[in-house]
Amino acid sequence: MSMLEQLTNRDQVFDFLAPAASPVDVRHGPILYMEDVNVSFDGFKAINNLNLTIDDGELRCIIGPNGAGKTTMMDIITGKTRPDTGSVWFGSRHNLLTMNEPDIATLGIGRKFQKPTVFEALTVFENLELAMAADKRILPTLTAIMKPENRDQIDEVLEMIGLKDLRDKLAGILSHGQKQWLEIGMLLMQKPRLLLVDEPVAGMTEQEMERTAELLTSLAGKQSVVVVEHDMGFVRSIARQVTVLHQGGVLAEGTMDEVSNDPEVIKVYLGEEA
Amino acid sequence: MATSTTWLLRPLQERSTQLFLGILTAALAVVTLLHLAMPEDSALHVSAYTVTLLGKYLCYALLAVAVDLVWGYLGILSLGHGAFFALGGYAMGMYLMRQIGDRGTYGDPILPDFMVFLNWDSLPWYWHGFDMAWFAFAMVLLVPGALAFVFGYLAFRSRVTGVYLSIITQALTFALMLAFFRNEMGFGGNNGLTDFRDILGFNLRTDATRLGLFIATGVALAIGYVICRGIVTSKLGRVSVACRDAEARTRFLGYRVERVQLFVFVVSAMLAGVAGALYVPQVGIINPSEFSPLFSIEVVVWVALGGRATLYGAVIGALLVNYAKTVFTGVMPDAWLFALGGLFVLVTVFLPKGIAGLLQKRRKAPEKDRSNPREATA
Repeated sequence: MSMLEQLTNRDQVFDFLAPAASPVDVRHGPILYMEDVNVSFDGFKAINNLNLTIDDGELRCIIGPNGAGKTTMMDIITGKTRPDTGSVWFGSRHNLLTMNEPDIATLGIGRKFQKPTVFEALTVFENLELAMAADKRILPTLTAIMKPENRDQIDEVLEMIGLKDLRDKLAGILSHGQKQWLEIGMLLMQKPRLLLVDEPVAGMTEQEMERTAELLTSLAGKQSVVVVEHDMGFVRSIARQVTVLHQGGVLAEGTMDEVSNDPEVIKVYLGEEA
Repeated sequence: MATSTTWLLRPLQERSTQLFLGILTAALAVVTLLHLAMPEDSALHVSAYTVTLLGKYLCYALLAVAVDLVWGYLGILSLGHGAFFALGGYAMGMYLMRQIGDRGTYGDPILPDFMVFLNWDSLPWYWHGFDMAWFAFAMVLLVPGALAFVFGYLAFRSRVTGVYLSIITQALTFALMLAFFRNEMGFGGNNGLTDFRDILGFNLRTDATRLGLFIATGVALAIGYVICRGIVTSKLGRVSVACRDAEARTRFLGYRVERVQLFVFVVSAMLAGVAGALYVPQVGIINPSEFSPLFSIEVVVWVALGGRATLYGAVIGALLVNYAKTVFTGVMPDAWLFALGGLFVLVTVFLPKGIAGLLQKRRKAPEKDRSNPREATA
């Protein structure tokens, strides 16, 4: 938006007046606020008038059939995809649509990808070290020295994700489930306010799933967590609030019971499984 | 401020770096001793010719270390590092040309011979300043660094990586080769720069100067190695490996991948420039053939043979291949390219981690393996 255009918009704070670096402000509302977001790829509407709010400390599950726009939604929040229209706010101060990926990450939005992507040539410890909240510019990174409190923080996260015994092993040798946990651990190292978790239990054993459910529920309260998942059993075990996406928009929202009794939802999604 | 140099001192406390520096120092000392102390007719005498040849190998080794830094640790396969090497070489060559003074064939106190021959009446603007050593030596670092910065800035900002980047680097060095072949460029055309007399006041044609250059190259290799090792053992080195293996993931962690790539690429180009600058006074000529794409590819073969992402492997590869080249091209010149190709195939099939991989296996010490485990099986 050009400066001149902004001056005619009387309902918004001008960009140049807004404080540049400021903490996330959630005193007056949700931590994530998406309104009337639209994205289309070559005419295909991937996101269609999406409205979504996530409260601070909430654990929210997002479900929906393939192509419902779950991953695109995460791409928008993390700055990978720019929507055609709509607004996306982090707290009441940060307009995510004006920021790039590293800035959004630094601001406190962590993302876990569908496929576990950890740095396989580095050890578990080093993976967490890189993820640690720190000055990530070139020279500070070159001259960075591990401080005792950093080490403690990493050990704490290692304890949480249950990989303490594997701290000096290369991440490449971890099992699928362990990689998923390591990646969640990497997110925690960034001390994010909002965690976006894409299909955390895909390909996990029953036991691993339970462990993951414990891990995610223990995070809620301290962080806001958004989980995108296909596995209904898993969603049922962790979810308090569930949002159902369909064809790029919100179809239903509520507790798991409410949602699973919604006739619309049954028709488009749950019906296939039942 | 104490913390700002820790990254550079860290490698000195490492066993592997101490071993590398120890072997290098010992080799320099032995060659120097055998050259100076042994009578010329002794079988153990190292001739000035051999000293210069070894100095040339050490220049190649430094170039290989520079390539390994970007290829092994950052995953950027540069097939154009010869360009930075040659630019460093040309900067040195221009200094050496200006040192000739009026001793050239045409006796012009300012203009190098080839300019007199081309009937130029004054020095082109970019030749000014090269009569001063400090300026020329600064250019040895700055010219390759600036080219790498501009090239890297444009390429990495547009997120060009992988094969595409390799092809562009080839194009870069090829374009520079064609440009430097032109007489109008003012770099001596296809003859390049030659007929050097002295460097810093020392006569280049004496054995003592040659020995000095050899030792200087050894020291440059040691310093270059420590700088690279310092980078790869720092947190920035681990971030480079992260960029290499999962670029998008690194970006979501909050690192500016393109800046990491740019930084390491520029450092590497500067090291290549230093290698080129030390190469020129030892071989006595610099011409556009150093820009040849084939040369840059050969450098990559040295690194692959020696073992990627180890740094010392690059040194071993460069020394071995160039020694083999000297021997082979002497015995049967036509067979060299076949031998190089064959060697490359054999190493790729039987030693995917190169000679360094073999050494690591031998030692059986479970040293941490920085190479990408996914690629080991590929």
